[in-house]
Amino acid sequence: MDEITKLVRDYVIREYLEEGDEREITETTPLISGGIVDSFSMVSLKRFLEKKCNIQISDACATPDAFDTVQKIVGLVHKFQKAQPVAV
Amino acid sequence: MAFITAFRNRYQAEIDGIKAAGLFKEERYIHSPQWSEIEVEFPAGSKIKKCINICANNYLGLSSHPEVIAAAHAGLDSRGYGMSSVRFICGTQDIHRELENRLTEFLGTEDTLLFPSCMDANAGFFEACLNEQDVMIADRLVHASIVDGMRLCKAMQDTFKHSDMGHLQEKLQEHMDKRSRMIITDGVFSMDGDMAKLDEIVELAEKYDAMVFLDDSHASGFIGRTGRGTHEHCGVLGKIDVITTTLGKALGGASGGCVSGRRELVEMCRQRARPFLFSNSVAPVIVAGALKVLELITATTERRDKLEWNAQYWRGLLKDAGFDIKEGESPIVPVMLYDAKLAQDFARDLFAEGVYAIGFFFPVVPKGQARIRTQLSAAHEKHHLDFAIEAFKKVGEKHGVLGLGKKELLARAGA
Repeated sequence: MDEITKLVRDYVIREYLEEGDEREITETTPLISGGIVDSFSMVSLKRFLEKKCNIQISDACATPDAFDTVQKIVGLVHKFQKAQPVAV
Repeated sequence: MAFITAFRNRYQAEIDGIKAAGLFKEERYIHSPQWSEIEVEFPAGSKIKKCINICANNYLGLSSHPEVIAAAHAGLDSRGYGMSSVRFICGTQDIHRELENRLTEFLGTEDTLLFPSCMDANAGFFEACLNEQDVMIADRLVHASIVDGMRLCKAMQDTFKHSDMGHLQEKLQEHMDKRSRMIITDGVFSMDGDMAKLDEIVELAEKYDAMVFLDDSHASGFIGRTGRGTHEHCGVLGKIDVITTTLGKALGGASGGCVSGRRELVEMCRQRARPFLFSNSVAPVIVAGALKVLELITATTERRDKLEWNAQYWRGLLKDAGFDIKEGESPIVPVMLYDAKLAQDFARDLFAEGVYAIGFFFPVVPKGQARIRTQLSAAHEKHHLDFAIEAFKKVGEKHGVLGLGKKELLARAGA
């Protein structure tokens, strides 16, 4: 698991799962369509990624589909990542 | 006519899908006034059945109170049936303003504005008062009408884990770059019956310069020593910036709602809230009834005291019988079954035993959290609750759920 994948997965578990929720979050677990992340909470995920990865994700690209799995989110980060190193 | 067959088929397929998923809702026709005992026709066309109602929001038993009915009659005679106008054209009567002033006094705020419903108050407030420079931070279990209102607003939307003050603090810190922060919560959460930690919320709001928005629909009239609401219960009267609440539950149960709070926020709603601007206000007959309701509940706390007793007694009966209930202090007492089909079957069997209660399941509550939501009323007498518990025990025994805890019930549901 690369650094960004771990960053995203850890954030999703910490931010969206309640205490005692033992659901496994894999790279392909449906987050929004699976009811784990709601559309409001997607905003905080976007802000987290922008701060941590030093990127600006355009609103047009911040769709529920683009945020639906850890794998897709990581793909989005890579797409917007600038040349500077990731500040994790 | 352009409702072509393809359109009809498309909608019918969707309706069939709702039925197939077990999510189809059917109305039950009530042939009597709202009360602790009602006469119900269900399914449609069936013989009318008399039963104990344990699922109404009639917390104070005022929905059919003779004095409220008399006041409504008098209002109908003196102010007419309808206004045929929105408020700002020619739809505001003296009694609208009188009711707003009485609500302001009752809730301990600066000003109040009536809305056609609390759903409308919640739908209109955020867009009227916040924009893209601001952030709304809502508890994840707030009512659907708040969610809709937030969707209509351009301010940034964020959430915190249900009643998790540590998480809320993190969110407030994260959003210090925004012009203003608004913390959004229900007072009593309608599905679980638990209360917001308003004292802690206010403390955080003061620390991080945030406003507090409270929907107290399931609290106004009976929570707190004199029934002012969750803010009274938590000792933060006067510290909530905006309260929305309804006249459709404890406060007479007819319809209507309001935004009550800081006078500038209320004025912004008067100027900009679309459900206020583009819809008729509460009908005169309801305004007259609501004024009587406020008079009754400020004269004595007898009804909220009886409701409190009923809630404690009912919780005790359910626990002694071996049901898994959500702990709390409010008159909302969820009986947890976890399984959607079981909740539906349970409600059906209760009805057969003469008790009217409803099963709640996804999407109204999260998956695997199905329940029977029971709600107490000051209109309940002890004998109503004693009758209801016997029905619950009989149906509980039939389904083998008595004495089972959450783990066993979940295992039984195959979760």
